[in-house]
Amino acid sequence: MAVKVIIPTPLRQYAGKQESVHVQAGTVGEALSALTSQFEELKKHLFADDGRLRSFVNVYVNDEDIRYLQKDQTRVKEGDTISIVPSIAGGKRD
Amino acid sequence: MSGASLKIRDEMLRRIQAHGVETYPHECCGALLGSDGDGTREVVELLPLANRRDDSPRNRFEVTADDVRLAEKTAHEKRLELIGWYHSHPEAPARPSEYDRDHAWPWYSYIIVSVQKGEPRDTTSWRLHDDRAGYDPESIEITAHSANI
Repeated sequence: MAVKVIIPTPLRQYAGKQESVHVQAGTVGEALSALTSQFEELKKHLFADDGRLRSFVNVYVNDEDIRYLQKDQTRVKEGDTISIVPSIAGGKRD
Repeated sequence: MSGASLKIRDEMLRRIQAHGVETYPHECCGALLGSDGDGTREVVELLPLANRRDDSPRNRFEVTADDVRLAEKTAHEKRLELIGWYHSHPEAPARPSEYDRDHAWPWYSYIIVSVQKGEPRDTTSWRLHDDRAGYDPESIEITAHSANI
């Protein structure tokens, strides 16, 4: 299935400056894997060292948060759009 | 990213500091809307946001993904870009913490205002390295008027 992944502005510099990338995938996990295989530099900004999505990185399929679907096993179909949206967090103490 | 700078009007910088005073001793947060191009980055509008970290607002802030999408939509409607974020460090220096680094992306400008005893002190801006190993300071160029208005 060809799905569109919208690249957030801060990460476009690691994806050939493209606003979106089309990848072949059957699940969200496969789509993100295909994306980071194609653009290796994206990986560390999306995934932590343990291979999980960073806690502040949110992924949507057609505006549905995958946390409320089947997470990275969420099925995608031809023409679906995957969006990557950060939540912004921080604070003074380590 | 060494040598990066961020233009911001004096009045706008004062509003960020005032937001930090208003929410003291809790952290404040908001979005920076502006322009970025040809090596020049400028804040044109601020979008103050609620700190969603109700459990630990004295040393943490969070802007939810929904608020991020709102900020992106607002920027788009105004033909601006979402170029970064600001937050306060009550009773702490205006330097990024390790927690800040773990939750940041490169490219964004991160303004931090230190608020000590309810008064604004240093205000700094930072950009995360490409390798996530640390931040580079971004010089703040205070202007009287915006070139974009």
